[in-house]
Amino acid sequence: MLRNKTYPYYFTWPTLLLYAVFFVVPGLIGFYYALTDWNSYSDEIRFIGLDNFRTLFSSGENYMGYIFNTLKFTVATVVLKTVFGLLFALALNEGIRLKGFHRVMIFMPSIIPMLVVGLIFKSVLNPATGLLNESLRAVGLDFLAQKWLVDAHWAFKSIIGVDTWKGVGYIMIILLAGLQSISRTYYEAAEIDGAGAWHKLRAVTLPLLAPALVVTTVLNLLYGLKVFEAVYVLTNGGPGYATDVLYTAIFKEFSLGRYGVGTALSSLLFLVMTVAGYFVVRLMAREEAEA
Amino acid sequence: MIRKRTVALLRNAFAWLLSLFMFVPLLLIVVNSLKDRVHANAMSMRLPNKPEWSNYSVVIKEGKLVGSFFNSLFYAGLSTALGLLLAAIAAYVFARNRTRLNRAMYLFVILGIAMPINFVTTTKVMQMTHLMNTRLGIIVLLAVVSVPFGVFLIHGFVGSVPRELDEAGIVDGCSPLKLFYSVVLPLLAPVLVTVAILNFMGGWNDFVLPLYYLNSSDKWPMTLAVYNFFGRFQVNWNLVSADIVLTTLPVIVIYLLGQKYIISGMTSGSVKG
Repeated sequence: MLRNKTYPYYFTWPTLLLYAVFFVVPGLIGFYYALTDWNSYSDEIRFIGLDNFRTLFSSGENYMGYIFNTLKFTVATVVLKTVFGLLFALALNEGIRLKGFHRVMIFMPSIIPMLVVGLIFKSVLNPATGLLNESLRAVGLDFLAQKWLVDAHWAFKSIIGVDTWKGVGYIMIILLAGLQSISRTYYEAAEIDGAGAWHKLRAVTLPLLAPALVVTTVLNLLYGLKVFEAVYVLTNGGPGYATDVLYTAIFKEFSLGRYGVGTALSSLLFLVMTVAGYFVVRLMAREEAEA
Repeated sequence: MIRKRTVALLRNAFAWLLSLFMFVPLLLIVVNSLKDRVHANAMSMRLPNKPEWSNYSVVIKEGKLVGSFFNSLFYAGLSTALGLLLAAIAAYVFARNRTRLNRAMYLFVILGIAMPINFVTTTKVMQMTHLMNTRLGIIVLLAVVSVPFGVFLIHGFVGSVPRELDEAGIVDGCSPLKLFYSVVLPLLAPVLVTVAILNFMGGWNDFVLPLYYLNSSDKWPMTLAVYNFFGRFQVNWNLVSADIVLTTLPVIVIYLLGQKYIISGMTSGSVKG
């Protein structure tokens, strides 16, 4: 075949090799190490069957709480970012002066390191001196001022809020691009049929925006399940273990040298996300083939 | 008519409000980075009486920022180059030679967009390859992590480069490698710029890989250094703010210069016209 000569397979080998060794292999060997007592105290690694998983699912431990938190974070951020992203996109879709300027501003938090955002909000959410509480007090809304990152009731909500603040601009930009690609003729046709604003939104905008909404949901989902920095920097899992998620729990196991348990947790996430990822990837590849 | 104008006015007011909401926390840091210690601890938006530029020199010295700045530059720069090269050549072959095997390999690589990193077992691989706690190790990992999305973006773009150019190149006697780097690669410039900027920002912003795999502080990038600095100087918000500004400034500059590419890159593959 001439094609195999012009575009030889061996061109892809370095990429495939490095990708496999440093990305896929760690994921796969995880399933073996999850069944061992691998730790930092001894050089010997013994096979212990499903003991690590028994630890994860035992009622005396907090691991189920971390998994639950991860899911809660994921669902909450998917919903919040989508709803606000859509709302902002609809508001800014037309009739805005200095559109480029606003786009740059609203997108800005998305490109700043999460670590930095976390530090900034540690200050903004400080109960005594933080900008948020100060502002609330200044306008007489003292009762709304909370101990945001300290109070167990508010800490996780605050993390979700900060993460939404950072991520919503990105989602808005994607949805805005989706809105701009909807032809005006649909709206004109709907107007002739006597549709009001609400009707146009439901019958024209949302159905035509569905592909973009699928993408933003997938992006938010993948991000949410992998969240680490937002929690690590803002609360490091505290107060107590109230805000720990999967990746912060894995890091704690890693720091304690309990590699076996850490790997077991990682492998759970790996399994779920790779299976989900398979469908995502199929979808991405199919859309591309159509384009 | 009046109703229309009110709506337009409201829309614009809302846009300004939103921009302000996104910008105020960033401005807060800039303002407080110029105050003295006592005033900065209130962390208010009040402007400083007299800007304390000395905060910046203190931070640069105390936070060892020069070293970590060059570490960040080194990691982000080299991992971008390596990741770009790995992604481009693979995406090119996957897109041009559409065999079943290449199709499967393409899907295998972009599966990495969803796959989570197993940080714990990656240590094993890093130890076996003697890359634990080395600069090269971080560069390789950053590059590899960037490959899936890079391949996805470039693969989509290769299709738009006419195949006739390849054929002309072959007729002129190009070797396969020369065909790639002297004929196709220049035509991929727009998407390569996008991927490069995204990779660079990803590398610069990354915090987790060095957190796991670099113990010695002289190898730390800006992100890890600023986190550590925060731990030591929590009570000096003026210094912490200055450190944050210096860490973030490079990303903001790149963003403002390359925002067209960044936004197109981050939204491409998601919206088809």
